[in-house]
Amino acid sequence: MAEPMGFFTDTTVCIGCKACEVACKEWNQLPATNGGHGTLSGDSYDNTRQLDGIHWRHVKFIEQFSPDRSQGRWLMMSDVCKHCVRAGCLEVCPTGAIIRTEFDTVVIQSDMCNGCRDCIGACPFGVIGVNPVSGTAQKCTLCYDRMKVGLEPACAKACPTKSINFGTIVDLKKMAQARLGQLQQAGENRAYLYGDDESMLGGLNSFYLLVDTPQVYGLPPDPQLPSRNLKASAVWSVVGAAVVGLMSVFSFRNRGGGDV
Amino acid sequence: MSSTFFTAAPHWRWLIVAYFFLGGLAGGSYFLATMMDLFGKREDRPLVRLAYLIAFPAVCVCGLLLTADLGRPERFWHMLVQAQTFRPMIKAYSPMSIGSWALLLFSGCAFLSFVAVLAERGWLPWPPLLRLNPPAPLGRLVTAVGALLGLYLAGYTGVLLAVTNRPIWADTTLLGLTFLISAASTSAALLILLGSFGGGSRDGIRALERLDASVLVLEGLAIAALVASLGRVAMVWLNGWGLLLAGVMLGGIGLPLLLHWRRPSRDSRWWIGPALVLLGGLTLRVVVVFSSDGL
Repeated sequence: MAEPMGFFTDTTVCIGCKACEVACKEWNQLPATNGGHGTLSGDSYDNTRQLDGIHWRHVKFIEQFSPDRSQGRWLMMSDVCKHCVRAGCLEVCPTGAIIRTEFDTVVIQSDMCNGCRDCIGACPFGVIGVNPVSGTAQKCTLCYDRMKVGLEPACAKACPTKSINFGTIVDLKKMAQARLGQLQQAGENRAYLYGDDESMLGGLNSFYLLVDTPQVYGLPPDPQLPSRNLKASAVWSVVGAAVVGLMSVFSFRNRGGGDV
Repeated sequence: MSSTFFTAAPHWRWLIVAYFFLGGLAGGSYFLATMMDLFGKREDRPLVRLAYLIAFPAVCVCGLLLTADLGRPERFWHMLVQAQTFRPMIKAYSPMSIGSWALLLFSGCAFLSFVAVLAERGWLPWPPLLRLNPPAPLGRLVTAVGALLGLYLAGYTGVLLAVTNRPIWADTTLLGLTFLISAASTSAALLILLGSFGGGSRDGIRALERLDASVLVLEGLAIAALVASLGRVAMVWLNGWGLLLAGVMLGGIGLPLLLHWRRPSRDSRWWIGPALVLLGGLTLRVVVVFSSDGL
């Protein structure tokens, strides 16, 4: 197996140019929204709105201003599939279309997916959607086709500020720690890494440097695997089945009494 | 705020709601028929036959609904067979994967019991089929396996919703229990309704009515526990969905119980109670599925 690969996205140097979005759309031949007739969202400069089957990169714009606008800051973040080490989508996929690659990334094989959409609800980050052209669930592949021939993903290649960094997870973690130390030394004590260690779904192979709470960036504070509910749900259902079974035995066998 | 609110909706809508409802009716009817056959009286046989006649067509419609809901319906078989290796596709920890197999196997049992009933009534004149009816050993085996699979079919849909990361669905572990109990109450109600028209014995219908009443009490408790288990997430139901759920509790559970207890002897409006139970079961699934879809 090749070394685990991924993204480290340093949101503090993102300038919101959306070159990553364009490069991703071009390389992966993703269709335009609404036949190319764009509409404005009214939400800052964000007209992409969300990650889904035809948006595999999404630059978020967060405006934090005081009411009189004398103080404030922009937060910008290029969001993408997290390629979780323990991936919820991969866990639930009933067709085996979602696989873990030799690069430790998570890829949906479009020719095997039948569009059941279980993975969409299972993803803790809401990154998957249906591509209306293929009728299948799709998301970032971390440019699996490019990686196979030694190229870096299109978004990382296009990023002009090195906000999106591509490399081995080992190298990216070193880079992230160094950048975190640099920021903290410069007095930016709000900076921290999101998803860089194993406590979050075994580690996110696409992790972030943030300067506000995850919720501000639209990221879950405590993402979980869908299977956390499996055992308890199954046990309760079995208990319910047993009680209904006993009730039916009692009702069908004892006919002498009055109404319940 | 629960982390489930940062996720995307799979947009499972009317087709899936209809599947959850019909799947519950198919599995529940089959289970009740088998229990009635095992523990009931000989006079209950018309009701048992009726339930087996309901289960198979209902589960056929279920398969069609699920296939129609896929983005690529022609690939429905990918749920059962790996498309690249042609090996069986089974994931023990994916409720949709195991549910697909349960649906297939249940369909098989429902089909066998369906043709056995046709043979019993003389509509399918092929005597070997009678061996698929209890008390023949093969009939016992088929109906026992089918009843267990039917219960699975009735409950796994709720477990499937819980094994996601969506608001409401993944914030409780009681959906499987609630759907299973609701499947039992709606199936009993359907058998009461159709059985009253279709030659079910009065004694058998009364047994079903007693069962439905006790299952409805259980269902009310399960829904209350479900809401309590959601904790603060239940606040998202402080809107029209919450009103609809209250309608399920009052109109789909409370009122049928009241009618049952107040008027044990039958009058011309006897059908209102079971009809409300069926409507309540459908509405319960509408609330659970759609209220999360919009978040």
